[in-house]
Parts: sequence; structure tokens; C-alpha cells
Amino acid sequence: MKLVMAIIKPFKLEDVREALTPLGVEGMTISEVKGFGRQKGQAEIYRGAEYTVNFLPKVKIEVAIKDEMVEAVVDAITKSAATNKIGDGKIFVYSLDKAVRIRTGETDAEAL
Amino acid sequence: MRILKSVTGAFGLIGALVLTVALVASGDALAAEKVVLNSGDTAWMLTSTALVLMMTIPGVALFYGGMVRKKNVLATAVQSFAVTCVMTVLWMIIGYSLAFTDGGGMNAYVGGLDKLLLRGLGVGDLSGTIPETVFMTFQMTFAIITPALITGALADRMKFSSLLVFLSLWMVLVYAPITHWVWGGGFLSKAGVLDFAGGTVVHINSGVAALVGALVLGKRRGYGSENMAPHNLILSMIGASMLWVGWFGFNAGSAVAANGSAGMAMAVTQIAAAAAAVTWMMLEWIFRGKPSVLGIISGAVAGLVAITPASGYVDPFGALIIGLAAGVVCYWGAVVLKPKLGYDDTLDVFGVHGLGGITGAILTGVFAIEAIGGTKGALEGNMGQILIQIEGIAATIVYCAIATFIILKVVGAVMGLRVDEETEIGGLDYNLHGETVQ
Repeated sequence: MKLVMAIIKPFKLEDVREALTPLGVEGMTISEVKGFGRQKGQAEIYRGAEYTVNFLPKVKIEVAIKDEMVEAVVDAITKSAATNKIGDGKIFVYSLDKAVRIRTGETDAEAL
Repeated sequence: MRILKSVTGAFGLIGALVLTVALVASGDALAAEKVVLNSGDTAWMLTSTALVLMMTIPGVALFYGGMVRKKNVLATAVQSFAVTCVMTVLWMIIGYSLAFTDGGGMNAYVGGLDKLLLRGLGVGDLSGTIPETVFMTFQMTFAIITPALITGALADRMKFSSLLVFLSLWMVLVYAPITHWVWGGGFLSKAGVLDFAGGTVVHINSGVAALVGALVLGKRRGYGSENMAPHNLILSMIGASMLWVGWFGFNAGSAVAANGSAGMAMAVTQIAAAAAAVTWMMLEWIFRGKPSVLGIISGAVAGLVAITPASGYVDPFGALIIGLAAGVVCYWGAVVLKPKLGYDDTLDVFGVHGLGGITGAILTGVFAIEAIGGTKGALEGNMGQILIQIEGIAATIVYCAIATFIILKVVGAVMGLRVDEETEIGGLDYNLHGETVQ
């Protein structure tokens, strides 16, 4: 099993969700996060005073999937979250040791 | 008592200085004509009074509150609210009397004490064609908003207690006398200074006090290095909009009648505000790439400030030019001048009210039209009016700057002016008021 974690532009969230659903991704966790990468921050100007906002708002998506789905999921996120402008985000794939569905006690692939 | 003595002494000293600055002019108070109450005028002035009160609470409170960081929003907003309450009481006790009664031998500079505690103010007394109670309350709202405007320059770092003491002394020792000079029969009204609704009395006065306050208080910790961006410009936009609407009471109400003068004042107020707002927006668009919300609302306030002294004297064309000029001058003051000189006038009270007031006061001398306000300006051949306007500006700046400086130094010596470092960094809301906004 793998945990795919992606940091994307907030307004791309719906597109990513729509791209993942047909692949059989059964669940997803999202959080609103802030951070920076190569995009760095952005400058805001108030009456001539310039302030750099170092951490920009992003959305973090986490999906737990079977090993064989990794390629398709990463590909779907890459395509649906892209604007081809700086700041589109990143995807990280982790190995997942165990999964449990709390209600039924099912484990691993059954629980995804 | 020691504070009182030193302040009274300081006041005497300043008075003497002003004597040397100002042109001496004195005469008998105008003999009041026999007039009867006009219900139309009275209805409009009751309305105007409510409108001008709305300018401070919640107008200025929101305008300023939105521009500070979230940790200081309550502290900033409550300054306007508390100033409203304290100035009301002080105006009742002594302010109105000092501004609007005959000062006898000192009448050129300050009124008397005949109406201390509003003694003798009766239900049947008239001021022109309206009840004196309405006139007194209308003027009270001006004595409220002027100190409230100053708070913007001191935001984020002044002790609440010291602020209230400073502004209380300031209203009695600076605002009330200057009001008397211009509107209460003092030397500037005798000299023929045109100030319809308070370009000198309210805006130059508050702007100069704000600049002196910012200089005496010093910069905020982290000024120039930390992010001090406004936390909620929606609050500021609501506040600026309420200021704009309330300004019809301020300017058209200063006709103290429901007449043609009030109508023209309303029209030119709207035109100047819009012209200045568009000007500021365009300047920002050109020089900074984006038309900001803070820019367009700042421009509107700048236009409202500049048309204030002119509103009963100029026509719509004059208003258009005054608005354009205010947009340019105040944009320059807030965006170019302040960073260049390095003072931390937190919310640009001097840049907008001081410079806008000066621009408006001078241009009133240029665009005044005899058929509208009874006085010719430079465009109609009366070049001297500009000099008279400058005399009013100079007297106000000199007296206000010196007196404000002395009051601040005295208050600072007695109780300190600034909050401690922990309070400033942690935020005034929690540390001074025990409350926060989530």
C-alpha cells in the first residue's frame, strides 16, 4: 500500500477530486496548509509599503491506495492540478505499513 | 495639580508665541440678529449631527481597525469609541464654552467660561435658526472626530490611558481655541479665512497633531522589517464608506441650514471624493501595477478632506480640481513622503488629513466664487484670499504643533506614552483590554 500526499493550488482541489474518483480512489483527506517552494512568497503593497508573504496557502491531499494504483493516481493528480505556472505544488509517495477500518476492524487492502 | 499647573503654564507660553505669529485682529462680536426657529433647518441639523457622529463610531473605528494587524484591532476601534464618550463629556463641561462664547479681552484667541457645564442652555435658545442645543451637539460631533482621527498616527504602540489623557488635554487646549479662532469669532474669522466645514479646524489640526504624535512616540517595533499589512480591508472599506456618507452631514450640515448652500456643499463633496478616489486608483495602477482597495478608499477620504473647507464656497468645477489635486498630493504624502522622511505615521493621518486639509484650504482661496459663498477667490481676481488662507493654515500649524508637542511631553513625563515591549509585540487587544478577535 502507498500513501500519496500532494500539495496543490487550492482552487485545483475539485479538479483533482474529479480525476481521482473514476480511478477507484475510495477516500481522501485534505487540509489547508501554508508553505513555499521555488515560487517563494508574494509581495503585497499597502500605500507603498511592500510586504513579502513568505508562506502561501495551499491544499494538502492525502490518499491511501493499493500499490498497483500508484502510477495512475500520480498521473491523474499531475494532470488535473497543473496550471503550468510556478507554484503548482508537489507529490510525495510513502510506503504504508498498515490500514484499519475502525468500524469493522478490516485491515490493509480491505480497509482502503 | 502639578500636571494641571505645568499644562496651564505651557498654554500661556504657547499663547504668547501665537501672538507673535498671528496677525492681531480684534473687534466686537457680531451683533446677533433677531431670528426665529426654522423647522426645515432644524430637521436637517438634527440629521447632520447623527451623520457626523456615525463618521467616528463606527466610521473611523472600522476604517482604522481594519488597517492595523489583527492583534490590535479592538484596541484601535475602542480608541474611537472611548474618545467619543470622553470628548462628549469634556465638550459639555468646558469645550463648547471655550469655542463658542465671547472671550472678552481674549476673544481673538479663546472663548470664555460663560457656558461652563452648558450653564443656561435652555430649550428655547436659538443659534441662528436652529435650537442652540442642536448647534452645540452638532459641534460636539466635530470635537469628537478630530481627536479620533489623531489616533491613527499613534496606533499599535500608545498606552490607552496616556492616549485618553493626551487627547482630553488636546481637545480643550488645542481644538477648542482653534475652533474659536475660525468659527467662534476669533482672529482668523475676523481675518476672513474661509473654512466652511473644518479643513483647518479639523483636518490640518488633526493631521499636524498626528505628525507630532508620531514623531514624539517613535516608530513601531519592527517598522520597516516586519509584516505590518492591514488585517481586514473589508472593515476599512465599510468604515471609509460610512465616513463618505457621514460627510454629507459634516459639509452640507456646516451650512447650518437646509438651503442652497447645503445643496451645493453636498454636490461638491460627492464630486471631490470621487475625483480623488479615481486619481489615487489611477496613480497606483500606473506606478504600482495594481489598483488596490486601500488605495481607492484612501483617495476618497483624501478628496473628502480637501473639499471640507471649500464645500460652501466653490462650484462643481472647483470641486473636480480640488479632488484631483487631493488625490495626487495625498498619494504622494502617504506613498512617497512618509518613507522618504522615515516617520511612522501608522495610518497616514498627516499624509491624508494634514496634506489634504492644506491642499483644500489653499484651493478654497483659488476657487471660491462670490455667487456661492459670498467671497471671491483668486480665479475671480481676489488673489489676496490665498494669502488669507495661508495665514489660517500657518497659525493652525504653528500653534497645534507646539501645543501638541508640549502636551505629549508633559503626559509622557508623568505617565509614559508607549506600551512596554511585551505588550506591543503580543498585541494591545489582549494586553490592554483582556480581549481578542479570532
